[in-house]
Amino acid sequence: MEIPYTISPRPETGLFNAKMGIWLFLASEVMLFGALFTTYILLRVGAPEWPRGELDIPLATLNTAVLISSSITMVMAWASLVMKNFKKYRAYMGATILLGVVFLIIKGFEYSHHFMAGEIPSKNTFFAIYFTLTGLHGLHVIGGMIVNTYFWGPGSKMWKTEPERFTNRIEVAGLYWHFVDLVWIFLFPVLYLL
Amino acid sequence: MSTHSSVHAVNSPLNPTLHHHEEQSFWRKYIFSTDHKVIGIQYGLTSLIFLFFGFTLMMIMRWQLAYPGEAIPFIGKMLGDDRAPDGVMLPEFYNQLGAMHGTIMVFLGVVPLAVGAFGNYIMPLQIGAPDMAFPKLNMMSYWVYFTGGIVMLASFFVPGGAANSGWTSYPPLSDIATTGQTVWLIGMVFLITSSLLGSVNFIVTIVQLRTQGLSFMRLPFFVWAQFVTSFLLLLAFPPLEAAGVLQLMDRVAGTSFFLPSGLVVSGQQLANTGGGSPLLWQHLFWFLAHPEVYVLILPALGIVAEVISNNTRKPIWGYKSLVYAAIFLGFMSFIVWAHHMFLTGMGTAISTFFQTTTMIISIPSVIILSALFISLYGASIRFTTPMLFALAFLPMFGIGGLTGLPLGLAASDIPLHDTYYVIGHFHYVVAPGTIFGLFAGIYYWYPKITGRALNETMGKVHFWGSFVCMNLIFFPMLIQGLAGVSRRLYDGGQQYAHAQGVLHLNVIMSVAAWVMALFQIVFIINFFLSLRTGKKASSNHWEATTLEWSAAPTPPVPHGNFVTIPQVYRGPYEYSVPGQPKDFTPQNEIVKV
Repeated sequence: MEIPYTISPRPETGLFNAKMGIWLFLASEVMLFGALFTTYILLRVGAPEWPRGELDIPLATLNTAVLISSSITMVMAWASLVMKNFKKYRAYMGATILLGVVFLIIKGFEYSHHFMAGEIPSKNTFFAIYFTLTGLHGLHVIGGMIVNTYFWGPGSKMWKTEPERFTNRIEVAGLYWHFVDLVWIFLFPVLYLL
Repeated sequence: MSTHSSVHAVNSPLNPTLHHHEEQSFWRKYIFSTDHKVIGIQYGLTSLIFLFFGFTLMMIMRWQLAYPGEAIPFIGKMLGDDRAPDGVMLPEFYNQLGAMHGTIMVFLGVVPLAVGAFGNYIMPLQIGAPDMAFPKLNMMSYWVYFTGGIVMLASFFVPGGAANSGWTSYPPLSDIATTGQTVWLIGMVFLITSSLLGSVNFIVTIVQLRTQGLSFMRLPFFVWAQFVTSFLLLLAFPPLEAAGVLQLMDRVAGTSFFLPSGLVVSGQQLANTGGGSPLLWQHLFWFLAHPEVYVLILPALGIVAEVISNNTRKPIWGYKSLVYAAIFLGFMSFIVWAHHMFLTGMGTAISTFFQTTTMIISIPSVIILSALFISLYGASIRFTTPMLFALAFLPMFGIGGLTGLPLGLAASDIPLHDTYYVIGHFHYVVAPGTIFGLFAGIYYWYPKITGRALNETMGKVHFWGSFVCMNLIFFPMLIQGLAGVSRRLYDGGQQYAHAQGVLHLNVIMSVAAWVMALFQIVFIINFFLSLRTGKKASSNHWEATTLEWSAAPTPPVPHGNFVTIPQVYRGPYEYSVPGQPKDFTPQNEIVKV
């Protein structure tokens, strides 16, 4: 028997199942990162001194721009599907994935720079929380890229058989991707600027 | 003057879905199934095994408490020299047993049974859904949980043994503990992930897949209980996941999130930089672990409500107040966590805040319990085995709740907190409370799942034996606790001046625990014997009103549950409606006037 509301929304809620699912999942992610940000605040207010200016602000600014651009291309990818333009979808989704790769490469440069300078998590509390927060965020970026790559490649076959369902999937993947972007928007000022 | 058209349709041999259903391989059908019913049974069997295993750990501990320093009979020699040389338990092994008993009972036993098994199997049937909203995710939840369980069990065999810092894993002790703690953290990450996937699935299923006519206020209370529970799991577990990641960093990457500056261990200063806060862990841990208490209790309350309504043949008294109380309970459970931490030297302002919220949260619990008690008034009760367990649940949970009040007030908590009183209180809530509720559920829904009823005589033996033993185990703990016996003593208090007057209770508690195991064997025999020899159950064995009994065949159709999706016309507990020919009016029945 078919499970209802996998494609069309349930009238009372206005949501199809997966869209409600991803919103709930994101709520739990807010709690996860919320707990880590709370940890950051607690450790910082309890510390006698807090290191500043240890991180590379220009690189991180560039990374912020990269990630915001990838959010835009992600929306364009979904919008292209809504307008039934599969070719454009492939291009925009490909751009999203590439921007993700660029973000990770820049982050990798930052990380290796710190490691070379002996700035590893055990150096002090600042680097401990810096690596934990950005590392967990990086894992989320990688997770999103795996999903996006699947929908760019083998997963996109669904466009031929169930275009509406495929569009829904991209919308859901997009919501997750925007969330990962949003986490960075908080991480950047908290870790680099404040 | 009524017709039960849907009931007839269910028993029809012309079942179109069955004919269209393709034959699946053994692996797809029973092992990697996406059918919520198979997954529910998988959860059920796995969690029952873990419950028994966790109980066994406790039985070994109880030997040491009753007869400290004496060789453990039968199994003592098998434990090995690093755990119990010549059968005499080492303190390190006692600590491992304590930590793993708590972890296994809570995270691998009770919650997976209450939510994973009952929630998975029963909830979609009660809301008239063909399956969960995300069947593949459901399968994944189970296998992630299973992996987490295996990781936890494997931790007994790493150097230094399993985690030994208590189920709460307080740092700095846990930060510097043996390898078992790292394995414990990895296991917890699996269990938390499984809970998260499950809770998303539950909430979406309840909101999106309710059948036609089944408004929120027509949901059986069990579904409401699962709904609130899922929100607690969804929002309370991530902070523990964060805390687990931080502790893992402390242990693996050498950070100091939970290690204060200048910590000296065994006369040597730790190499870590310090600057962390051990209390941070306690806040993050209890932010999960207090809602977790309601995760343990709410599904049991849901089951008890179903069983009581069915066996009193009356509607539940105050259905709406039950629902609102459960929702309020869910909200409040997020702002009471620090009442576990009165001993940490928090400021009085914060203590006052948390003891006030704690007193407030007792109100919805009392509303729920009162409503269930009042439901019994004036009923001609059917004393079936599930009903006996449900009836025993009420006063047992009552004792558990009332003994909690002194612990919610900072002034009385401080002398009681590190004593056996806390153990007694908590176990009254969870053992004769929640576990009795879960047993009621097993006896109540077994006929729906297997098509045969459990043996009533053996069920009653199981009930009375467990009921007496439970009280003999846990009531003396309250007495010992009030006498001031610390709950962290490896010898049960032999060298503890306070304990001398109540030391003899240790033997009574231990013997009661072992005798209770014998009564659980009666249950296990009944469980397997009844699969073949139990009384055949009709599709509505208990003459119930909710959809899993009135609309689904026994056992329900694989991958789809119902022959035709039922339509709902009324609330969940329409028993003994005046003017009706029978004393139950199913939710899906069209009544012709």
